[in-house]
Amino acid sequence: MRRRDGPAVRDTLIWIALHIVFAAGGIYFWGSWLAVPFWLAYGVLYGSACDSRWHECGHGTAFRTRWMNDVVYHIASFQVLRNPVNWRWSHARHHTDTVIVGRDPEIIWMHPVKLGLKALAYVGIVDVWQSSRVLLRNAAGRLSPDERDYIPESEWPKAVFWARVHVAIYAAVALSVLVLLASGMGWRSYIPALLIGGPRIYGCWHMVMTGLLQHGGLAEDVLDHRLNSRTVYMNPVTRWLYWNMNYHIEHHMFPMVPYYSLPRLHELIKHDLPPPNTSILDGYRELFAAVLRQRREPGYALKKELPPTAKPYRPHLHADIPERTNA
Amino acid sequence: MPWIDACGADEIDREDVLGWDHGGRAFAIYHGVDGRFYCTDGLCSHEQVRLEEGLVMDFEIECPRHNGLFDYRTGAALRAPACDALATYPVKVEEGRVQVLIE
Repeated sequence: MRRRDGPAVRDTLIWIALHIVFAAGGIYFWGSWLAVPFWLAYGVLYGSACDSRWHECGHGTAFRTRWMNDVVYHIASFQVLRNPVNWRWSHARHHTDTVIVGRDPEIIWMHPVKLGLKALAYVGIVDVWQSSRVLLRNAAGRLSPDERDYIPESEWPKAVFWARVHVAIYAAVALSVLVLLASGMGWRSYIPALLIGGPRIYGCWHMVMTGLLQHGGLAEDVLDHRLNSRTVYMNPVTRWLYWNMNYHIEHHMFPMVPYYSLPRLHELIKHDLPPPNTSILDGYRELFAAVLRQRREPGYALKKELPPTAKPYRPHLHADIPERTNA
Repeated sequence: MPWIDACGADEIDREDVLGWDHGGRAFAIYHGVDGRFYCTDGLCSHEQVRLEEGLVMDFEIECPRHNGLFDYRTGAALRAPACDALATYPVKVEEGRVQVLIE
């Protein structure tokens, strides 16, 4: 296996160019309904595609060149409203203890499942509220007990520093809105917030739509990623925005494989995996059937059927979750 | 301190790594892009994952589990979640065999 810069450089240049084009269109057509599709598209590029860029560059797999991963990681972390230090460590834990209750800090489907909150996630309000509180708390120099658990002490000052950087940028955006309002710009005064920060609310729906499918309704407290993760076939536009994380079983089994190689990896190992969901709709049908049942039977989880040729899952080998050290 | 015979030099492609166990310990032996051989601890300093399953790029080894990155010439940790350096061991090649000096 060889890693390359080419695919991620290409996709990042397209991503940046589309930010500029859609933002320019939204501003140019301001006051007309023609502006709406530009802002909607800008919102998804900013508020949803940031998640996959954050994820892949956090792993360090998108680019071969380290500084490129780091630059895009920091930009995407800001867009997705995540402290770049905290989330690097929480995601490492997520890969060590995927959907292990009490260990994995990134479990999206907490029980009992609150469907109302899940619906609100599509407009980002709850998540932005919660993430902003975390960012402000970190900026004030405070880390929660969980954060102190999964982030090494040597990294704590960095977490505080980056939280302060993010808060300072958001404060500058808020201030610019106020200045424009005071200078009589009317509704145009909100353009800075539509450009920076706002898309995390009005453009996050795509990130939520894809992210909820990753592990929802599947087994908790198992070590076999074929049982706690879901691979879903998706359309090319979604796969580009999502950087192929629809191949989620493959990603968890082989996290160092870059996004652009996941379709090829899928072809190589799919005979050993549960059949993928055939579409987003198919994935949601399966997910919600399982989640609705979990609301009645908290211990229930959808058990994915492995192909007859696959190495079987042996529950007795996974009965005990091993003790872990912190980190 | 004895030099320990580890493997044949032709067993590791250039820019690749081989796992080697000796005395109850895991080591990773690298064939560098400069043609020289190197040896480090075989387990990632983050969560004790075997490094020979990782990806060698130039003079760096990437842990297969969490993508921590090390310079295998010095053992230095280059990217989180790896923070602590790997120990490194002297290596020589004699008559086509890679030998490692282990204290």
